[in-house]
Order: sequence, then C-alpha cells, then structure tokens
Amino acid sequence: MAEKPVRVLVGKVGLDGHDRGAKVVAQALRDAGMEVIYTGLRQTPEQIVETALQEDVQVIGLSILSGAHMQLLPPVLEMLHEQESRDIIVIVGGIIPKDDIVYLKENGVAEVFSPGSSTEEIVDFIKQKVGENQ
Amino acid sequence: MSNQNNREELNRAKQAWEEKVNKALEKYPERKEFKLDSGLEVDKVYDPLTMEGFDYLEQLNWPGEYPFTRGIQPTMYRGRLWTMRQYAGYGSAEETNERFRYLLDQGQTGLSVAFDLPTQIGYDSDHPLARGEVGKVGVAVDSLADIEILMEKIPLDQVSTSMTINAPAAVLLAMYTAVAEKQGISMEQLKGTIQNDILKEYVARGTYIFPPRESMRLVVDIFAFAGEKIPSWNTISISGYHIREAGSTAVQEVAFTLGNAIAYVEAALEAGLEVDRFAPRLSFFFNAHSNFFEEVAKFRAARRIWARLMKERFGAQNPRSMMLRFHTQTAGCTLTAQQPDVNLMRVAFQALSAVLGGTQSLHTNSRDEALALPSEQSVLLALRTQQVIAHEIGVTDTADPLGGSYYIEELTNHIETEANRYLERIDEIGGAVEAIDTGFIQQEIQASAYRYQKEVEEQKRIVVGVNRFTESGEQPIDLLKMDPATSHRQVERLKEVRLSRKQGEVASALQELRKAAQGEDNLMPYILTAVKAYATLGEICGALRDVFGEYQQHVNL
Repeated sequence: MAEKPVRVLVGKVGLDGHDRGAKVVAQALRDAGMEVIYTGLRQTPEQIVETALQEDVQVIGLSILSGAHMQLLPPVLEMLHEQESRDIIVIVGGIIPKDDIVYLKENGVAEVFSPGSSTEEIVDFIKQKVGENQ
Repeated sequence: MSNQNNREELNRAKQAWEEKVNKALEKYPERKEFKLDSGLEVDKVYDPLTMEGFDYLEQLNWPGEYPFTRGIQPTMYRGRLWTMRQYAGYGSAEETNERFRYLLDQGQTGLSVAFDLPTQIGYDSDHPLARGEVGKVGVAVDSLADIEILMEKIPLDQVSTSMTINAPAAVLLAMYTAVAEKQGISMEQLKGTIQNDILKEYVARGTYIFPPRESMRLVVDIFAFAGEKIPSWNTISISGYHIREAGSTAVQEVAFTLGNAIAYVEAALEAGLEVDRFAPRLSFFFNAHSNFFEEVAKFRAARRIWARLMKERFGAQNPRSMMLRFHTQTAGCTLTAQQPDVNLMRVAFQALSAVLGGTQSLHTNSRDEALALPSEQSVLLALRTQQVIAHEIGVTDTADPLGGSYYIEELTNHIETEANRYLERIDEIGGAVEAIDTGFIQQEIQASAYRYQKEVEEQKRIVVGVNRFTESGEQPIDLLKMDPATSHRQVERLKEVRLSRKQGEVASALQELRKAAQGEDNLMPYILTAVKAYATLGEICGALRDVFGEYQQHVNL
C-alpha cells in the first residue's frame, strides 16, 4: 500500500521578501513526493499556525532572512505548544546567527538550515523526523 | 589579399587545426560540457570567423556614440571613475549617519541608503506588522525627523545619494528634498537616485504596497515632478539586480529589466510626458554575477538594446535618452556562509566584470553577508577592492578594453538576440505588467532558480567551500551585533514626533492627499506638504492605502 504523503507548510514569516530559497525548497519537497502548502510572503506567526492547523501538516518550514527571527519564531513555537501541537516539526531556513540557532533548537525548532544547505539534506531530514513521529 | 581569400585561408587553417584538436581530444577528453545558463554552448575558441558580417559602426561604434555598446562616455574612466557607493543602513538614523560619514571619510564617493522593511512597506515602527523588523535590514524612517538625523552634517549639495525605496518612493524623496531645504540647498542642486521600480517588487523583491496600476501612477508622478524640479535626480533605477538574485539567468535579467523599462516609458508617454524630457533621467541597476565574460557581455548588450529601443521604438532624439546608465552590485546570492573570506575573491572578480562592462557606479558586497549584516571592517575591505581595481591594475586606462574580443562580441550578440526574443514574448503577452499579472515572469525566474540549485547539488556547478573543497570547522569571523534597544528608541522618537507636531496641519494635509489620490493630480506636492508637517510614513501610506487598496500576491508554484 502506498504511504500517505508527508504534508508540509512552507512559509515566509515577517516582511522579508526573499523567497527564492522558500520556493526552491517547496519545489524540491514536492518533487520528493510531499504535499506542500506554500503561504507566500508576509505571514504573521498567527497566520502560520492557523494555516498549519487548518491544513493538518506534519511539518512547518519557515524561511526568514531579515534578522527578525528571534521576534517572529518564538511566538510560532509558543502557539504550537499551547495548541498541544508539539508533534508538528518546525524547521527553519535563512541567515540565522549561531547563538540564535542554539536558542531556537532548545525551544522547539528541529533544525536550522543555513545558506549552502542542499534540498536533499532537507528532504532526508523531514523523512527521518516524520518517521520517528509515527 | 581580398576578404574572400582571407576567409578561405582562415577556413582551411581552422580545419587543419580542428583535425589536430580532434585527435588530441580522443586522448584527452574535455572535463565537462561548457554551457552558459542561457543554454549557449561555449565553443573551444573564438576567432575571426565568428565575426563574419560584423559591422563595427553599427554594432559597437566608439565610446559615447550610438548604440553605446562600448560605454556611454567618450573617455570612460580616464575622465572620471565610477561612483563607489556602498549600500548601507541599519538600526537608527544616528547609527547609519555614523556609518555614512565613516564611508565618506574612507574615500567613498556617493551614499546609498538601505531602509528597514517596515519603512519599505509603508508601516510606522510601532505597527504590529513591524514586529521584529525595525532597524534590521536597513535604517528605520518614520518621519522627517529621522531623515534630519540621517543626513546630519552631510553636505547634500556635494554628495549624490541613492535611496533603495520603491512603494513609498515619493514619500522618501519628499523627505530628502525637505531636509535639503532646511540645509539651505535647493532641489536643483540635489544629485541622486530613487529606486522607484515597483514592477520588480512584484516579481522578485517583495516590498510592494499598492496594486500595479496605482503604483505606476506614483512612479510617473515622480518622473514628472522631479523632471521639472530636481533636474539632476535619477527618477528611477530600473533593477535587474533582484531579478538575478531571485534566480534568473543573465539573459533573463536583461530581458525582464528592459521589459519593465518599456512599461515605464509607455506609462509616462500615456500620461502625456515627452520622451526626451523624462528618458535621460531613467537609470538602471544590474547584478555582477560569477561568469566573468558573460557578465561583461551582458552590460554591453543591455546598452545596445536600450539605445536601439529608445531610438527606434520610442523615437527619442536626444542621445541622453538612449544611454543606459547603470549602477552595479556584486551578486549577494553567490556569497557563501562557508569559508567567508573566500567571498573576497568572488566579489573582486564580479566587481572587475562590472568595471570592464562600463558601470557608472558600484557596490561591492562584504565577505560576511551570508552570515549577518556586514561589519565595518568587512565593508572597508569591500570598498578597498574597488579602489584597487580603480587605481592599481590598469583596467581603467582605456575604454572598453575587452571590445573586439571574439568571445566577448559573440556573447554580446547572443545576449542581445536572446533578450530580444523574451521582449517579443512579453509584448505578445501585452507588456510587462500583464506578464507579471499572469505569472509568466515569476515562473521563468523560478525555473532557472530551481535548475541552478539542482546543478549545485549534482556537482555540475562547483561552489568552492560548499560542494567542493569543503572544510570542517569554521573560520572565526567577527560579525556585526545589532543593538536590541534600537527598536524601542525608534518607537519612543515616533511617539514624541506625533505629540509635538501641529495636529491640524497633519490632518488637513492627509485629507488633501486622500482627495488628490481620488483624482488625477500629481501627488508629489501633496506628499511634500504632509511630510513637512511631520506626518509619518505610515500615515501617508495609510491614506494612500485607503484610496488605492493593497496588492495581493498571487502564488503559483
């Protein structure tokens, strides 16, 4: 029997307009057989969580390159916590300084993919994590 | 010897050479396929046979002569070097003012202002959507009070200032002229550029506010107002930079930029402006990417296409209307987080291609920009790179030193042909605005971006330090740390401004602006009045949002 495809929300949080990475990753995930919901630009943390719950995704991939990650990512993590949706895997891509990566990973981000990461790494990571959750 | 005999002899000699080469290839095959992003297969070598039918006067001509392939000035850098202009801005107006004055002291010759995202999208620093973004990717500007601090002790009659601002371009231009007036400098004396290129925001950069039609009106209002009152101001910087950063090829960069340019010219003509009145103040902005010769050829091809378009399609008479003047920035997307010092080399080669391509001004990226905003030391190295190119290596001694190179001329022709093919397609679709609306341009860029990424992952494209020659462990590098209190201070200042101004003046200025937006008047004078009354950027853009509505992005992946 065919496995049910993994559902992933790929989102741009904040006002940052750099969407090359998010779109390339979205396309790569789709090519890897996943179902991708791409939000487009300028999503608030609230919108991200709302869409994730509505779409019943297993993974949220957030892209942010504006430097606002420390203000915009924790609210996403907190809301997921409150909604008792801690099993949704949150991954992040963008320009995130090392200290911030440490903080984010301690607070619920599963992985941060920095510039130079390959889409293959991201696909493999998601498959592995989703597998562990099941 | 006649040309005919000459060619026959060349052909014979080449055949003999090729036979030799083919034998050698059996033993020593080539490393890989040699192909440009645009699909052109690169030959082993280029020679006079490549140049068959080449007409020097028609295709090149001398520098400063139509079609300006070899450059827009007759003496190019022998007369004046390009403007060294580092894009800068972060935190508060005070911090950015300090960085500006530092750069000018270090020999930089022009300013380039980076604004934070709330400013670029027309929100005040205390707007809920500004959360986390204040002062991050540029300086925060809420009102005239901020620009007063930003430009303090900078003689605005002596420096030229470029402002990367699009949707609210009219507001920032009004603020700049208002500050100059306070310094006792008239609009006629001001030199600079406002990016004011909204079309590429919809496809590549993302800082749009209003729908395209209303945005185009604001663009043309700036053309008309500045054309009359600020004659030395570049009223737009039509930008391929961000299109390339979003993943396009060199050909697409040229084509989509010039496609947008055509849309602006048509909008201005439709509004009743005369081509030779506004076209000389149109300027451009390109990316200097990694394929060195392709980039040099790209700049030359862009100049030739533009000259011909303006003369033949739009009937321009003034040669200045046909000259493509441009700023260049090295390709941010080629910078790597791994082994960041290696970026110094990438930037130097890219900058060299811009200079050999005849740029009018240049920003060199800093080595640490894949990690954070650049530190002062990194910015200084980037500026020094330009100074080495300008003063030490002899490339500024003669105009268009690569002109006549068989390869460069072939590439220039190729890019011109392929870009023109795209322009025809855009015309068929109904112009750039329509091509953006249908998603055609976004999809073309997206396909190229995806292909590029796949090539890196399949090692068809080598990126030193990323997919080859990698190092474990990291080089230590000092990164810029942002002051977390900036946002708070900015919001405090905004509150003070809101309290200390004449409320009646602000309210009536905003009311007048709203009314004017519903009609057909040029909006610049209304915006200027509001700015001088210390209406905030968010209030002014809010008034326009009330009338114009907001653009909703169509996402098609």
